[in-house]
Amino acid sequence: MKFTLSWLKDHIDTSASLDEIVETLTRIGLEVEGVEDKTKTLAPYTVAYVISAEQHPNADRLRVCMVDTGNGSPIQVVCGAPNARTGMKSVFAPPGTYIPGKNITLGVGTIRGVESAGMLCSGSELEISDDHDGIIDLPADAPVGVPYATYAGLDDPVIEINLTPNRPDCTSIHGIARDLAAAGLGTLKGDAVPAVAAKGACPVSVTIEDQKLCPAFALRLVRGVKNGPSPEWMQRRLLGIGLRPINALVDITNYMTFDRGRPLHVFDAKKVKGNLTVRRAKEGEEVLALDTRTYKLDPSIVVIADESGVESIGGIMGGEHSGCDENTTDVLIESALWDPLNIAQTGRKLGIITDARYRFERGVDPAFTMPGLDMATKLVIDLCGGEASEATLAGEIPQSRLVIDFPWSEVPRLSGLDVQPAESEGILKKLGFQVQGSGERVSVTAPSWRPDIEGKADLVEEVIRIAGVDRILPKPMPRLEDAVAKPILTLIQKRTRLARRSLAVRGLVEAVTWSFISKDEAELFGGGDGRLALANPIAAELSDMRPSLLPGLLKAAQRNADRGLGDVALFEVGQTFASDQPEGQSIKAAAVRRGTARPEGVGRHWAGGAKSVDAFDAKADVLAMLATLGIPAGGLQIVAGGPAWFHPGRSGTLQFGPKNVVGAFGEVHPKILKALDLKGPLVAFELNLDALPPPKAKPTKMKPKLNLPDFQPLTRDFAFVVGRNVAAGDIVKAAQGAERQLIVGVDVFDIYEGTGIDPDKKSVAIAVTLQPTEKTLTDTEIEAVSAKIVGEVSKKTGAVLRG
Amino acid sequence: MTDLNQLEHDLLSQVEAAGDEAALETVRVSALGKKGSVSDLLKTLGAMTPEERKERGPLINGLRDKVQGAIMAKKETLAEAALDARLSAERIDVTLPVPEAPESRGRLHPISQVIEELTAIFADMGFSVAEGPDIETDYLNFTALNFPEGHPAREMHDTFFLRPDEKGERKVLRTHTSPVQIRTMTTKAPPIRVIIPGRTYRHDSDQTHTPMFHQVEGLVIDKQANIAHMKWVLEEFCKAFFEVEQVKMRFRPSFFPFTEPSAEVDIQCSRKGGEIRFGEGTDWLEILGCGMVHPNVLRNCGLDPDEYQGFAWGMGIDRIAMLKYGMPDLRPFFEADVRWLNHYGFRPLDIPSLVSGLTS
Repeated sequence: MKFTLSWLKDHIDTSASLDEIVETLTRIGLEVEGVEDKTKTLAPYTVAYVISAEQHPNADRLRVCMVDTGNGSPIQVVCGAPNARTGMKSVFAPPGTYIPGKNITLGVGTIRGVESAGMLCSGSELEISDDHDGIIDLPADAPVGVPYATYAGLDDPVIEINLTPNRPDCTSIHGIARDLAAAGLGTLKGDAVPAVAAKGACPVSVTIEDQKLCPAFALRLVRGVKNGPSPEWMQRRLLGIGLRPINALVDITNYMTFDRGRPLHVFDAKKVKGNLTVRRAKEGEEVLALDTRTYKLDPSIVVIADESGVESIGGIMGGEHSGCDENTTDVLIESALWDPLNIAQTGRKLGIITDARYRFERGVDPAFTMPGLDMATKLVIDLCGGEASEATLAGEIPQSRLVIDFPWSEVPRLSGLDVQPAESEGILKKLGFQVQGSGERVSVTAPSWRPDIEGKADLVEEVIRIAGVDRILPKPMPRLEDAVAKPILTLIQKRTRLARRSLAVRGLVEAVTWSFISKDEAELFGGGDGRLALANPIAAELSDMRPSLLPGLLKAAQRNADRGLGDVALFEVGQTFASDQPEGQSIKAAAVRRGTARPEGVGRHWAGGAKSVDAFDAKADVLAMLATLGIPAGGLQIVAGGPAWFHPGRSGTLQFGPKNVVGAFGEVHPKILKALDLKGPLVAFELNLDALPPPKAKPTKMKPKLNLPDFQPLTRDFAFVVGRNVAAGDIVKAAQGAERQLIVGVDVFDIYEGTGIDPDKKSVAIAVTLQPTEKTLTDTEIEAVSAKIVGEVSKKTGAVLRG
Repeated sequence: MTDLNQLEHDLLSQVEAAGDEAALETVRVSALGKKGSVSDLLKTLGAMTPEERKERGPLINGLRDKVQGAIMAKKETLAEAALDARLSAERIDVTLPVPEAPESRGRLHPISQVIEELTAIFADMGFSVAEGPDIETDYLNFTALNFPEGHPAREMHDTFFLRPDEKGERKVLRTHTSPVQIRTMTTKAPPIRVIIPGRTYRHDSDQTHTPMFHQVEGLVIDKQANIAHMKWVLEEFCKAFFEVEQVKMRFRPSFFPFTEPSAEVDIQCSRKGGEIRFGEGTDWLEILGCGMVHPNVLRNCGLDPDEYQGFAWGMGIDRIAMLKYGMPDLRPFFEADVRWLNHYGFRPLDIPSLVSGLTS
């Protein structure tokens, strides 16, 4: 919403400065977005007289001008404008002036050997017009030395406010003035509505088909008008706020739109055939609107039609056919009310943004329907002459007025500011509210122009925004309990944080990738359910809610590789989606390693070659994370193979029993690499943090008793030859089970395949640690345990002790 | 006597002359070994008369001790020389690089870090952390929050919708974390103090907007909470978060469907050389929106607005991260460019706390 200072002062008697007005507007909730004050931006520019303009000695296209700026001796200026000539008046800028159109600050310069101490300016250099063909050519009577902005009438600052959608009353300058007056900046004026000398009934009648869509429609004919350009004062104001003057009749409707927030429409009465009907458009109907575009209409759109068809899109834009031009002699002035929701929908559907739509979709003051028509009529008669008919009104002006039972104590209760009832009452009354009754509780009626007022809280807002939110002093909020603060994070919140830190500690870099991925990607990673597809994705590759964090991470790794950073290690801890229900959303942790981005080091190193990442790096990552989370490794099973996006032979599944799979790790499947256009080596893991078991509840924080055995542990090594497909884990498990009381550790320290071993076999060497608890073991006892271990491993895995 | 003196002189000379441990050992054996010269002398003590022994004993024992001592001393000298020789041969180039530690390679994303920072601050003020799903019902995202039918936010060009389900219900990607306010108020009895950080989505993509971003909201519901408390909470937060002694904040009356009265909050700052500093300067920067929870929202949650009251606010996590840490653009937050993450990310053990400070 834009307006000029002088226009505002039509509505408020104030001695406040522009700065005070601007500051107050923002303070009371009418946020000022910008102030364009040409008297400030154009302050250095003055009217000057060109005493002489002579050919530059060294340049064909330049002239050397002596300029009288009204400020002492003449100044020499080199000028390149073709129209610079002796005896003209133009606009002068002294050195040090910022030239907006050129984005430079002038200095004293020498141009082709001639000194130049300033500049004569074109309209485009001042950014007041597009004219850049020559310097501004002012009439001979322009007073030398006067600021150009003052001379040219550009001294009316333009204020633009960012209006919140709840304030239709401030789509009018009058409404803005009312708020300022309530805030103590002056006295509101201009409330009087002129009487119109009307003769005879309006010859055109109006029928409204659906009063919900158009509650009221007032119309009046003015005969014998002479339409032409509107007066200069009106044009200047319209230009000031960025509107193009058309002709007096049209300009009056625009003027009323801003002055009073009352959009109107004018029809050339001679082009209207018969009576008017306000109705839904018919399927297939079209209208050529005033913006010279043709709009296809449908029954959701409300139009004003005469007997030959659609003349106007109700509340949004008039039609070209019955528009007023300089030949118009009889004019029909419309002042109507429209359904805000329907206007908003129509505006969006047709893509039309007009000042009328802006107001009607917020809610135009119903009570001003007839006064607005009278005011416009008066302007038409004043500016164009003519004779007005009576107004005709179809439908009726809605009268519903909300009365709010309001205890004054509501203001301090919600705001914390002890505003006295007298002050609150004064504010409400100045804003146009009616306050009835006295004492602690009163009845407050909202003015017709405030459809946003619904209840007590709204009244509190009115009082405090005018009284000043800055009067409310911050007040400490006491603790809920007078006690040491208790921990606040939930289990999953704690685990999410720890997971992040533990992965970062392993050299992984956290990424945050889109929650939506392409349908193809979703399908490749176990998703693609239609219920998780967006109806209106912002781009085709961001269409489906992600079932997994991996596609985003894998693609991110490749993007980095494409930039020359191929050894990347990325992780993400974030939400994934298995259904559109809250239970379908879970927090997963995932990591991707590419190239040589191994935990121990990245790239080539003098102490060892550049080893590529492998599935065990991913396994180490996930196990490290689980350890950090305090998940006991005991219940966790690692099973060969993983979901389809992993290499079937180089991946593993993490589970707490077959029915509780929590994640997987491994090398990314070559088919995935191909489908996503990735280059390996790429390994990854993904684990569902929500699926992890909660820690066991314990009655105290005591750690279990520490039993330190009195006897030294001892280690025995065994090398087994087994089938190549036997899992080392099974050998370890079998060894562990051989003598549970004694065996405290089994480590695999060598795997060998090759010479000396059958091609379908491998050698697995394990070190078993025995921890005696009651006495030192004798050789015989150790032999017995060893035999048990060999026996158990052979039984479970078919292993043979390597000879 | 001279024979003893002579022997001593000879042996000490031999000890001194020994060039290595082996030569020294030869000397030791020749003097102190079973058949060594000193050992032989010691053996003679047994056959002596007590008087003789009294006189000779200390001399022979003294000789033994001297030789022994000389050998020990020489042994040490030789060992030291040998160690010196070994050490001077054993040299590494300490300027050779070691692999960069994983702890120094890893990074946390600024969003994770900032969420931990603001959680630390609000936890101190008694807030807990509430969360909710990204896929929401239209009711919780809009209706319960007092968005009227036909509000522009409910349109396809502002909000992401999923396809209608069998019942024709159209779920939305939450446009703010506010639905969690409703979820909290309908499941937990006041007093309520929660912050709600999370991912949010809007159908918007340009230089300064991304279709996905992060928000944190706060909600306080009890029987007293008013705007004065809200101002205190927000001022204290801003001071603690931006780690400055003072902030100047401006509460501008504004409008949101779910609060009444509502305000937008600006924070005063200076912008010198592209660096934003809070607590000084003359510029105003919008940082958050807030207000008293709208009576309709309270009613929608089964709370009587004449009995319960409270306030709520919301701000962009990405935005406050940018303001504090100086990232110029939003888009790179979600591009996973490791150069950006290495630069703007946080080291794995930079854990924000009020005890040791939010930032190191």
